[in-house]
Amino acid sequence: MPVVMDAGRVAKTITRIAHEIVERNRGLEEIALVGIRSRGVPLARRIADAVATISGTTIPVGSLDITLYRDDLMRHAVGPQPVVRKTDIPFSIDDRRILLVDDVLYTGRTVRAALDALIDFGRPQSIQLVVLVDRGHRELPIKADYVGKNLPTAPHESVQVRVAEIDGTDEVVVEGGEA
Amino acid sequence: MTTQATTGLRGRHLLSIADLTADEAVLILDTAEAMKEIAARPIKKVPTLRGRTIVNLFFEPSTRTRTSFEIAEKRLSADTLSIAVASSSVVKGETLVDTALNLEAMKPDMIVMRHSASGACHLLSRVCRSHIINAGDGLHEHPTQALLDAYTIREKKGRIAGLKVAIVGDLFHSRVLRSNVLLLGKLGAEVWACAPPTLVPAGLDRLVTVTTSIHEAVRDADVVMMLRIQLERMQGHFFPSLREYFTVFGLTPERARLARPDAIIMHPGPMNRGVEIASEVADGPFSVILDQVTNGVAVRMAVLYLLAGGEASEG
Repeated sequence: MPVVMDAGRVAKTITRIAHEIVERNRGLEEIALVGIRSRGVPLARRIADAVATISGTTIPVGSLDITLYRDDLMRHAVGPQPVVRKTDIPFSIDDRRILLVDDVLYTGRTVRAALDALIDFGRPQSIQLVVLVDRGHRELPIKADYVGKNLPTAPHESVQVRVAEIDGTDEVVVEGGEA
Repeated sequence: MTTQATTGLRGRHLLSIADLTADEAVLILDTAEAMKEIAARPIKKVPTLRGRTIVNLFFEPSTRTRTSFEIAEKRLSADTLSIAVASSSVVKGETLVDTALNLEAMKPDMIVMRHSASGACHLLSRVCRSHIINAGDGLHEHPTQALLDAYTIREKKGRIAGLKVAIVGDLFHSRVLRSNVLLLGKLGAEVWACAPPTLVPAGLDRLVTVTTSIHEAVRDADVVMMLRIQLERMQGHFFPSLREYFTVFGLTPERARLARPDAIIMHPGPMNRGVEIASEVADGPFSVILDQVTNGVAVRMAVLYLLAGGEASEG
């Protein structure tokens, strides 16, 4: 199971993304980060910390659970429902520039659900997408604005992002490569 | 999109608390916590049950429960219709099973039913393909009420296990009591029940501590749950008068002070002020009666969501 990013690489990548955010956004106080549960949330917090270190500006961070907006929710013939977790966006998103953060960008369906969910909270000035890994194979016209690493994969492979807050370690691994 | 870890309900219906494991009950409460946040959004609606049809079939009067289910269904984007018995074919003599089968023929996905006969929802679950949710059946159970009570206790006290819960009132006619005794027992609470001897159902003392002294029940309680005197169900003389009932069993401010200083006061509604509970207590700072109503919507959304999962029709 090849490790494609270790803890050091993940840390450098987050710092680089934070620099890009500072560089591309004038008026950092209009920005807010929203992490998609589960692993987008700790990533969003770390990006916010890095931005604060670079610029001295504190950016608010929210967390979004997209389960209730999934397009495959009612298609399962059998089996229990996915666990719904709490959404917590403790600020108004109206007229803000929202940076949506997720660990892996794959089909784009999670992001589609997240966009629908966000719009129910108000009317942001804009929404940009931040991902740690873009593994390709999009099924919807969605593109990330900030990418940690472009990782060409085969559809049968699985990309696992692990973060210390949830998994005890920072790394990105590709599984199921040579079957 | 990646598949999340799943934990679900084993049954396709919610007929009684007796059918739930403690883990399943906790799953419902946890899911309700996520659902509660939706009510705070500018757009209080998620698309989850789009295209699902839910029939609310109420054979008994209900304002709170029916409204709560309807709001929960609409917040999940289900298509809903409510049938009140007075305007249905039931008054023309149709049997419950025939009514249900006719509704089924129009392909609803879920039926939420309240009925005066204990076991009516079980009967429906045997003849229908839809998911059945019990919104109160006779003297048997009212599972979503117990779940919203447990949710409210957990929200206010941070836990349920180890708390002393005193349930005082018309125990005999109360399906809320039956569901709560089972649920709070599963979740580890120490339940006390208090009523005149004529209103204590047989066998209750095997499940909880039964007393005829409200002082004993309420003393050092963390939760005091008052039950309504159900005059409409009383054919006979269970106690001499409402005034005497209040004098001996009513929750007065003095009696409420016997509970722990941070105790919460609950009532499933509708309240009979001055019969089982004094107005000062019902409207006092420790009353969470309206929180119960608020939480009812979130708990019912959780139940609807969790039951809407696996389809048994899979071939």
